[in-house]
Amino acid sequence: MATKASRSAARVMMAPAVVLLLGWMLVPLIMTLWFSFTKYLPLRGDSIERGLDWVGFSNYSRFISSNAFWPSVQTTLIMVGGVLLITVVLGVLLAMLLDQPLWGQGVVRILVIAPFFVMPTVSALVWKNMLMDPVNGIFSHLWRFFGAEPVAWLQDASLTSIIMIASWQWLPFATLILLTAIQSLDSEQLEAAEMDGAPALKRFWFIVLPHLGRAITIVILIQTIFLLSIFAEIFVTTGGAFGTRTLTYLIFQRVIDSQNIGLGSAGGVYAIILANIVAIFLMRIVGKNLDA
Amino acid sequence: MARAVTTNRKIITTAVAWTIALILFFPIFWTILTSFKTEAQAINDPPLFFNFDWTLENYAVVQERSDYMKFLWNSIIIAGGSTILGILIAIPAAWSMAFVPSVRTKDILLWMLSTKMLPAVGVLYPISLIFVEFNLLDTRLGLIVVLMLINLPIIVWMLYTYFREIPGEILEAARMDGATLRDEILYVLTPMAVPGIASTLLLNFILAWNEAFWTLNLTAANAAPLTAFIASYSSPEGLFFAKLSAASTMAIAPILILGWFSQKQLVRGLTFGAVK
Amino acid sequence: MSIKSALCAATAFTLVTAGGAFADGHSATITIATVNNGDMIRMQGYTDTFTEQTGIAVEWVTLEENVLRQRVTTDITTKGGAFDIMTIGMYETPIWGANGWLVPLNDLSAEYDAADILPAMAGGLSHDGTLFAAPFYGESSMVMYRTDLMEKAGLEMPDAPSWSFIAKAARAMTDRENDINGICLRGKAGWGEGGAFITAMSNSFGARWFDEEWNAQFDTREWSDTLNFYKNMMDDAGPEGFATNGFNENLSLFNQGKCGMWIDATVAASFVTGDDSTVADSVGFALAPDNGMGKRSNWLWAWALAVPAGTQQEAEAKQFIEWATSKDYIELVAANEGWANVPPGARTSLYENANYQAVPFAQMTLDSILSADPNNSTVDPSPYVGIQFAAIPEFAGIATEVSQEFSAAYAGQQSIEEALEKAQAITNEAMEAAGYR
Repeated sequence: MATKASRSAARVMMAPAVVLLLGWMLVPLIMTLWFSFTKYLPLRGDSIERGLDWVGFSNYSRFISSNAFWPSVQTTLIMVGGVLLITVVLGVLLAMLLDQPLWGQGVVRILVIAPFFVMPTVSALVWKNMLMDPVNGIFSHLWRFFGAEPVAWLQDASLTSIIMIASWQWLPFATLILLTAIQSLDSEQLEAAEMDGAPALKRFWFIVLPHLGRAITIVILIQTIFLLSIFAEIFVTTGGAFGTRTLTYLIFQRVIDSQNIGLGSAGGVYAIILANIVAIFLMRIVGKNLDA
Repeated sequence: MARAVTTNRKIITTAVAWTIALILFFPIFWTILTSFKTEAQAINDPPLFFNFDWTLENYAVVQERSDYMKFLWNSIIIAGGSTILGILIAIPAAWSMAFVPSVRTKDILLWMLSTKMLPAVGVLYPISLIFVEFNLLDTRLGLIVVLMLINLPIIVWMLYTYFREIPGEILEAARMDGATLRDEILYVLTPMAVPGIASTLLLNFILAWNEAFWTLNLTAANAAPLTAFIASYSSPEGLFFAKLSAASTMAIAPILILGWFSQKQLVRGLTFGAVK
Repeated sequence: MSIKSALCAATAFTLVTAGGAFADGHSATITIATVNNGDMIRMQGYTDTFTEQTGIAVEWVTLEENVLRQRVTTDITTKGGAFDIMTIGMYETPIWGANGWLVPLNDLSAEYDAADILPAMAGGLSHDGTLFAAPFYGESSMVMYRTDLMEKAGLEMPDAPSWSFIAKAARAMTDRENDINGICLRGKAGWGEGGAFITAMSNSFGARWFDEEWNAQFDTREWSDTLNFYKNMMDDAGPEGFATNGFNENLSLFNQGKCGMWIDATVAASFVTGDDSTVADSVGFALAPDNGMGKRSNWLWAWALAVPAGTQQEAEAKQFIEWATSKDYIELVAANEGWANVPPGARTSLYENANYQAVPFAQMTLDSILSADPNNSTVDPSPYVGIQFAAIPEFAGIATEVSQEFSAAYAGQQSIEEALEKAQAITNEAMEAAGYR
């Protein structure tokens, strides 16, 4: 249907977005690749003007052979997986609940989506200090009220704490998308099933969940992109201690704390590879779902 | 009888929904509440709920120390500017993808998303060096461009999904009537997609407002937005819960209010093509 | 309003506001990056006085310590030039100075009286005898304790306690029923937090980071003694979750009356005796403890103002530094806020001032500072300068990771032996990467 003219017009109109993103991707990527093959220690006086020494793959082998590498990959996957699991499961339940008739629906919705508007830095600070502080935090008061020993959250349940904070931030997003999807569900189909005496669980499993499939994939895709690069939540709360050092955070330590740009850049390349593995994996599913 | 059941059910649903909503909102509520306490009251044992002397002292202290309006204004310009610029670039791209799809459309879309996976900290040095080279450090323009590029894939994707829902025949008809491509996009397509564009605007404004890595690392005094404002209150010496709460409230209040007012648009429009 | 005009207006808005950024930049405005500590925030309050005197306007970028380090380090290494003055510490100054990134401060005016700067501070802020940063305030560390609780425990704090006395007192003062912990110490990961404390403490136990060939020393008995002593004492008498407590957390606990003793920066003395403290009337001070091996466990640090090389406003920046670290500034703060609140530990003349000598913690602060020697900090000889750090560029990265392993051991997530083994591996690996070994 599309004519030749509109095809070329389409190319022209795609161009700005594609060219900009290509530049945004390639320029830093090429610089990162370059740095990753050099000895670049700015605090020892290395700089581009003076010329960087080529060191081959030594940064790559050093980064991957460091004891911190595999645990950080594992932490990244657990954290992303944990947040996805919590937000999707609770998101589906919450979306179904909010779809029901109830008093004060508007206000309830506002309250539920509010965490999404809070800056990551602020929410990390609030959770760390006002909620999870083992002496003055609300949780510790609550625990003591019930006669329990307060939990030192960021020390004894560090990764869990960060998963909690991130889930709190992203649950509204999941709920919103899932809610829109549920609202588009044909209610007659559900009612018919109810008339036929299908139990609630079956109705959920065979009608609601398949209908939400697409929305769930999209929630997973978008959240994964954001969660892989989570930073403020870790920086503010544990600073990477107690097994909360994700790959992103490990790169941060190499670049900022150690000021070893070459090593950090090699880590950045690994992170891109990891992200793309996850992405290909996800896109296989989403790609299928986008057509369906 | 049936009516009684539904009322009962509504009561239960309402109770459960409100309980969950209040729990989810509690951290924000508590922050706002604490911002009106003195530092000593903020760490009182047991915690004080409403039975304290409300004070605006913390806000006064925060305002005296940092010029809130300057940070706020920078936040508005940077988040607003990057969103608008992004939309302007994304509309034509999304149009081509939605109405002149090729075999590679989906690949391009997914590739665009994958550019978001570059870990920011890994490219801190490259980007900083580029910013220094082009004198963009601590300018709003630099941040507008960076945040636009970061969010562009999301914007393109959202618009693409809205545009796809618009029947191509309508555009076809406009073309028959002699409308140019520009007219077609400006006067036919865009007005029809207004709800979608509105929710795209909102979501990206929120994302840009809350971005805290580049806005902190590429600014100093001139272009620093609210994310930098909060970094000066995060862990000072001494008691700081109340002042931190006041600063936090000031940082999130504008976006919270905006979000609340536009909640309907956001709920209606945030689909990412999840709904057929 | 049509869509078209809306879009046009929006574009225009974007361009105009973005373009506004270029219009900024007055000739006599300096931009200062600083840390959000009490004394700096007070200094910001007096900026107007400076502007009135000189006509130079000041823009402040106030950041939390970790963010500040990240920001200024990136700026100096990429020659960003975003700041005319940076607030940096004793760790960064000699390294940056050696790289030629800072403007030498050897031509300050006669009235400024650079010779009045405490020699220990001037020494730590110099490279090859050239001063590269002017100390705004300096600190060592000392014991702060509750006189009432000490009395209740039937003990008396000597002026120069030993670690065994501290441990005994900590256990005796602990009263968990009433939420009183005998001792609060830093355990938080980070080279400037728990890392600084344990390194200073290890000096008194005869430990060191490196031997003279730059080999890591975490496999020595001295380090294991240090960590075991620390952890046993903290498990018995420290607060819940001490492995995440840093300076702030401990200050807050102490001010709420939840600590019997606290060993930390001397600048904390003015906070624990200030308005925010519930125990202000019953605080005593003593030197940081030793272990009979000839070294005490106190550190030396200064927050100082430095001018990055390449700034367009070098003269103005120096003018500000002369003002902010001058004797007159101290007088100004003393006149408005009392002598207890002046920035301490930078100038000899302050400790000769009779008004200041009346401040309860003045003498102990000076004694602590004077007993710290960065050039000779360990019992066995070491190749590095610095007490709670080693002034080499690699240290911050290594020590942050090492202190994370230590914190995990404090929290009971791994044994002390495991933590030390990992610390040894991390350090040697990083030193190899940097070409020391």
